[in-house]
Amino acid sequence: MEKKQTPLGYVSFSVFAWIVGLLIFFPIFWMVLTSFKSELEAVSIPPSFISFDWTLENYAEVQERSNYFKFAMNSVILAVGSTLVGLVFAVTCAWAMAFNPTKRTKDALLWMLSTKMMPPVGVLVPIYLMFRDWGLLDTRFGLIMVLFLMNLPIMVWMLYTYFKEIPTDILEAARMDGATLPKEIIFVLLPMAVPGIASTMLLNVILAWNEAFWTLNLTTSDAAPLTAFIASYSSPEGLFWAKLSAASTLAVAPILVIGWFSQKQLVRGLTFGAVK
Amino acid sequence: MGAIRLEKVKKTFGTLDVIPGVDLDINDGEFVVFVGPSGCGKSTLLRLIAGLEDVTDGKILINGTDVANEAPAKRGLSMVFQSYALYPHMTVYNNIAFGLKMAGESKEVIEEKVQSAAKILNLTDYLERRPSALSGGQRQRVAIGRAIVRNPAAFLFDEPLSNLDAALRVNMRLEITGLHQELKTTMIYVTHDQVEAMTMADKIVVLQAGRVEQVGKPMDLYNSPANKFVAGFIGSPKMNFLGGELAQKHSCHEIGIRPEHVAVSTESGEIPATVKIAEHLGAETYLHVEADGYGPMTVRATGEVPLGEHDKIFLTPEQDRIHRFDAHGLALGNS
Ligand SMILES: Nc1ncnc2c1ncn2[C@@H]1O[C@H](COP(=O)(O)OP(=O)(O)OP(=O)(O)O)[C@@H](O)[C@H]1O
Ligand SMILES: [Mg+2]
Repeated sequence: MEKKQTPLGYVSFSVFAWIVGLLIFFPIFWMVLTSFKSELEAVSIPPSFISFDWTLENYAEVQERSNYFKFAMNSVILAVGSTLVGLVFAVTCAWAMAFNPTKRTKDALLWMLSTKMMPPVGVLVPIYLMFRDWGLLDTRFGLIMVLFLMNLPIMVWMLYTYFKEIPTDILEAARMDGATLPKEIIFVLLPMAVPGIASTMLLNVILAWNEAFWTLNLTTSDAAPLTAFIASYSSPEGLFWAKLSAASTLAVAPILVIGWFSQKQLVRGLTFGAVK
Repeated sequence: MGAIRLEKVKKTFGTLDVIPGVDLDINDGEFVVFVGPSGCGKSTLLRLIAGLEDVTDGKILINGTDVANEAPAKRGLSMVFQSYALYPHMTVYNNIAFGLKMAGESKEVIEEKVQSAAKILNLTDYLERRPSALSGGQRQRVAIGRAIVRNPAAFLFDEPLSNLDAALRVNMRLEITGLHQELKTTMIYVTHDQVEAMTMADKIVVLQAGRVEQVGKPMDLYNSPANKFVAGFIGSPKMNFLGGELAQKHSCHEIGIRPEHVAVSTESGEIPATVKIAEHLGAETYLHVEADGYGPMTVRATGEVPLGEHDKIFLTPEQDRIHRFDAHGLALGNS
């Protein structure tokens, strides 16, 4: 039976979608709004929406008290670094699984994904001890390794789904044409999988950027990214909502902008294979 | 130069014995066609020669050297895939040039070879296009161009024409035959279309269930098939197989007679029959008949014959065109 979209159905669906969208967006909106309020107005009840004295003093103070750019730079290095390292492993792994599958390939994929279900805190102690003994605490290198390993299952999974869509014939043609394995991957597979790789990288950058558990636990200052920057506003002097909001806004702004501009790519990437 | 020799080549996928053991000799410059029903292992055998699958056992000799464990690129063969398998992100020029680039040829050499291949294949105007902007026939020619420029020891084709429409197929068939005459390079061509096999091949290899049933020139296979399978597979419409009295008369288990080797008469003949369906093609007429005591048969009459359903006719097999088979389906010598 064909499903007809009635006007009423369409309207109610749109309304519903908007409500869900607004619900999800509201906390971010509120955070941004609060960042422009004074500390007093930030906690006033009832809360004020637009009619307050807009101020930039929170931002000024945040910038004065801590070096935003140092944290931001760490965030960029960690996010991009872990993504690039991850890509090297994920591409080769997904290549093997997509084009040379065995009976156990599906199981291996599921198992990889299942590691994401384990609470990270379960391995905190061993990893912390390893970091301590190997002198990796508060180093960018150590954190890149942890973030890359943490996101590897998702990267492999996404790339695998993409690679599955590429006809094996084309890779075999490259092999007949004399391409060695690295050349086959670099000149033939990767260019064909550009959209998939782009969305995989994007998602990974976002996940790494937002990762707080490991970044907070394994860094103190040198390698601390923006998550640590926000965290530093949440505890020491009680709760300063406005300043915390300003810091958070600064921290999420870059990723929000990237996400906004690339949302088409992202949605396509995440639903690839499911819709088609 | 490309003489290829298979010695006891075996291939199993897990427990599935796809190629139980094939011996085959392909001479330099020969056009060899592998035919057989779907799933008989034609593609697998071709891919074994190409190196895209590893042999389970046996030797593959190209010009005398065993390459069974070499990478595809080391074997110096080119392959044209059924799906064309062009690189979608590259222009036609780069598609054709890719193999040369991988071989580390200089820019000038590449330019020259690509241009000359494009000329042979009428692709000169399309060199800057992407494969997605080409028709099926053009894509096929790019795939062939990609194969030619590498100057291979042999070309391997896996059902290259099956994605084309009938008219284009005939054209490309002639083009490939022409190409073979021009280049004189060994070609191995897989198809399940026996018309392609008959028209193109110097030598046909008939496969069934991974076994070579018969190897020979097209007309040899047509005139003296080694067994019932080959007899039924080569030739269209299929050969008729008759047992009973007629077989006894020729002192064998079963006789085979091709539809074109049966004389049709409305007055007298060896086998009385009733027409079920008459297919009038103009130049010839196919009669699907029910022969008394022998069951359904197909016969071919030349030209237009005024026969239709329920008409009574008489069939007489041409005596020297009768094939005799024993109980195992093996051909016996002429009686
Ligand atoms: N990778 C594989 N794993 C398991 N079995 C396979 C594999 N490739 C082929 N086979 C099996 O081997 C047999 C021969 O396959 P092949 O593709 O060679 O047939 P074919 O003669 O080319 O048929 P077609 O005319 O349909 O292309 C088939 O039964 C097929 O299922
Ligand atoms: Mg096949």
